[in-house]
Amino acid sequence: MNFAVLQFPASNCDQDAVHAVRLLGHSARLVWHKDPALGDTDCVIVPGGFSYGDYLRCGAIARFSPVMQAVKQFADNGGLVLGICNGFQVLTEAGLLPGALIRNRDLQFHCENIFLKTATNDSAFTSKIPAEKILCVPIAHGEGCYFADEETLAKLKANNQILWQYCDATGNLTDTANPNGALQNIAGICNEKRNVAGLMPHPERACEPLLGSDHGKWIFESIFAALKNKTVAVVA
Amino acid sequence: MKAKIIITPKKAVLDPQGKTVQTALEHMGYTGVTGVHIGKYIEIDLAPGTDKAAAQKALNDAAHKLLSNPVIEDYKLEIE
Repeated sequence: MNFAVLQFPASNCDQDAVHAVRLLGHSARLVWHKDPALGDTDCVIVPGGFSYGDYLRCGAIARFSPVMQAVKQFADNGGLVLGICNGFQVLTEAGLLPGALIRNRDLQFHCENIFLKTATNDSAFTSKIPAEKILCVPIAHGEGCYFADEETLAKLKANNQILWQYCDATGNLTDTANPNGALQNIAGICNEKRNVAGLMPHPERACEPLLGSDHGKWIFESIFAALKNKTVAVVA
Repeated sequence: MKAKIIITPKKAVLDPQGKTVQTALEHMGYTGVTGVHIGKYIEIDLAPGTDKAAAQKALNDAAHKLLSNPVIEDYKLEIE
């Protein structure tokens, strides 16, 4: 499989994403933000970082870059897109995912391992996560508090679009397990067509035991399986 | 000519900065403060003689697409 990992000025998890995909046996390459085309691509990763210095709002400027126009088209054609951390912020700003990410409720930057509950296995991003498995993955953000208006939130729930929620070590969705004040403990969602997903935690930083956890690999394994089974359209 | 754009968080959106400043004001003894909302102020310089109505239209468009995020923010635009 060919993964395209976007690279904006001040992306800083781009190499981690490339490393994780290659480690898991697939090919990945960086695509510069000024490139108007993605080339031969099975899945796009919008990586973490501080694209364009987080000026104005996180992800607000990145959304207008030439490569994002190509990503929009890729997503419209059914291609798989995963936004991680700043990538999640970029995808919400671009309108590819509903809602917004705002300042953490305690105004602190959180850099720590958290626990994640997978809300549904019914997606190209979660199908291979073992049932009932609580994932341990790191977060590193100051603006990861997921917000959406009531109508959007109701739609997310009705369509089963909430993919991951912050929980405690035993899987309870408590307020103390919520690192940033996200509504409904939401850590990650997908769009209605289920081919675009975003999450604040960093699965690419948790794909090998050396890093303390390899739970993030299941998210990538899910994507590999979806591409292999051709349950999604693959668009070059 | 100048355009002034004031961006504030929507009422339903959590505003931890506003809350923290409100608490600080209370601690300092300023009474009667029932809410603090922290947003952004953007000043845009326009070429002299710019058509005001056209600028209003263009800047509303820009405010909607880039300067504010309608999911979480409201804005007010003034041209003078």
